[in-house]
Amino acid sequence: MTATTIPSGSGIPSGPGKSASRWLHRHPRTRLIALIGAPATWMIVLYIGSLASLFLTSLYRLNDDGSGIDKVIGTQNYRTLIDQSVYLDIALRTVKIAVLVTLVDIVLALPIAFFIAKVVGGLWRRLLIASVLVPLWASYLVKAFSWRAIIGSPGGVLDKTFGVSPNYGEVGLIIVLAYLWLPYMIVPIYAGLERLPDSLLDASSDLGAHFGFTFRRVVLPLLFPSIVAGSVFTFSLSLGDYIAVDLVGGKTQVIGSVVYDNFSADLPFAAAFAVVPVIVMVAYILGIRRSGALENL
Amino acid sequence: MKNARYLGALVAMTLLAAACGDDKKSSGEALAAIGEGEKALNLVVWAGYAEDGSTYPEYDWVHPFQDQTGCVVKSKIAATSDEMFQLMGTGDYDGVSASGDASVRLIDAKLVDPVNTALIKNYADLSPFLKDQRYNSSDGKNYGIPHGWGANYLMWRTDVVTTAPDSWSVVFDKGSPYAGKVTAYDAPIYIADAALYLKTAQPDLGIEDPYSLNQAQFDASVALLKDQHSIIGEYWNDYTKTQGAFEQGSTVLGTTWQVIFNLATTNGAPLETVVPKEGATGWSDTWMVSSKAAHPNCMYMWMDYITSPAVQAQVAYYFGEAPANPKACDEINTQFADPTHCDVFKANDSAFAQSIAFWATPRKQCLNGKGSDCVPFSAWIKAWTEIKG
Repeated sequence: MTATTIPSGSGIPSGPGKSASRWLHRHPRTRLIALIGAPATWMIVLYIGSLASLFLTSLYRLNDDGSGIDKVIGTQNYRTLIDQSVYLDIALRTVKIAVLVTLVDIVLALPIAFFIAKVVGGLWRRLLIASVLVPLWASYLVKAFSWRAIIGSPGGVLDKTFGVSPNYGEVGLIIVLAYLWLPYMIVPIYAGLERLPDSLLDASSDLGAHFGFTFRRVVLPLLFPSIVAGSVFTFSLSLGDYIAVDLVGGKTQVIGSVVYDNFSADLPFAAAFAVVPVIVMVAYILGIRRSGALENL
Repeated sequence: MKNARYLGALVAMTLLAAACGDDKKSSGEALAAIGEGEKALNLVVWAGYAEDGSTYPEYDWVHPFQDQTGCVVKSKIAATSDEMFQLMGTGDYDGVSASGDASVRLIDAKLVDPVNTALIKNYADLSPFLKDQRYNSSDGKNYGIPHGWGANYLMWRTDVVTTAPDSWSVVFDKGSPYAGKVTAYDAPIYIADAALYLKTAQPDLGIEDPYSLNQAQFDASVALLKDQHSIIGEYWNDYTKTQGAFEQGSTVLGTTWQVIFNLATTNGAPLETVVPKEGATGWSDTWMVSSKAAHPNCMYMWMDYITSPAVQAQVAYYFGEAPANPKACDEINTQFADPTHCDVFKANDSAFAQSIAFWATPRKQCLNGKGSDCVPFSAWIKAWTEIKG
């Protein structure tokens, strides 16, 4: 902005932009609304609103000929979920798969992140970080389909190369989901390790602790919040998946597949079952909060 | 709520439609004459039924239709019959290419209107065994125009299953040597396949029609499928998935469609199919007109267009099915130089077509007219989740 744009003598900035900014300065409330209005609408209408809509739909029921939804509030969908043991089995299986995927990812991510953060440096570190993140650029579907070609038995890549393969089923599914979500675990753990001063490791080693002891008593406690952050990603992503399940899970049914099978035939029932992972996630996050990990993030 | 937000707009639109809908047919009646096109047509279709050249430039029968009639086609692809039914429930569409497991539901729920077949010039040419069937008509009224059909065959890999099976028993045998490599169609309507097998295997159950099952017959079918679950490797409803599994060998035995067999054998898989001695289920698709159609004239023009020999040839050849119009057979030879298509798909074999138990939506009021204590489709849907465990 040069002085020539200001009319001589006035000394006050002018033009429509300037007067708007002056007006906003005098109206702090309008300023606030203009600033957070759009994100707040997004949050309330699309985010909270869709969740509320999901919950409300789960209380409705299908009409007699199945052609539409009767908007009568009732808990019959939840009663079906409780009365029929198959749905509890499916819910428990889904949670089990999500827990196992998370554990596999933690076990894989810790050494990889440690290597990147503490062992290599410079160009190698940047290359390794890039190679962890690059798979995220590829489509989820392409990766899931590739795994279909890898673990199929007989005839899959693993079977042809090594003669053994998990084939389609729960084991194959856990491997594939662990692969898909691994970057979401590595990145927070790597970030946590970066903040961990090398001097702590040196001090521990100077005091005679061997690597395993240092890892258990120094690194892990400090890393715990990062691991928890990663687990929120891997756990929730596994809990909601149904496409990888269809491609590599064999005949495995999870919450997502039942919701998908039912959403067009019986939307209220599908909504009721979709509330289950929401409850599981809320319980999980409340549990984490009690552990204090969220404060340390 | 999404619904509440749109309600106002919907009410306004309905009033508007009612106000300017003088020449529109009233719901529940067939069109008396095809009037001027409404310049638009919204369809719910199976993938491959309304190709506009965006998948393969050489397969385009939507644009010629638009040029001929001025009706601009918007098609919505549905993945399952349930999705078709739900989309038609919105009232946003003029017509649908419904399979039998949706068509009866659509009629019962009054989501589709009777069709005046006299207005469809090509109707007279269509295979007689597809007309006036329970999946496309009701109470003597016709609710749709046949499009194409196919059977659900038993397929196996000849390098693994060395004795050619002639019975569905091989896919229901709990002690099957092929455990973990058996496949089945992934939809509630597959329960009818079990019922069809039990009709012969356990005659004391008294099953006459696999789509009209009383509670005892239904329970027996479900129990059979729960046993079958232990030998299933994976279920399929996406045909590329099962095609790949058969080619690779992770699936060696199970239900299939002719088109899957054709594609997989072209890729070199050693496969064989049969219609087992118990018979087979199958699908016959029907073009139906929505009772809330905003563009009924364009829909009638479409139904006439899609059943014409030249267009039927393109759809049937592209999709891999038997055309409803036998005149398409010569056209397939002319357009694609394939004289065998109709023989392969047994398009003119009326004895074969009549031996197939075509999909039809089960309902409480038994489809075969024998009583009103049949297990309705909603129970089939719930049972299917239980079967898969």
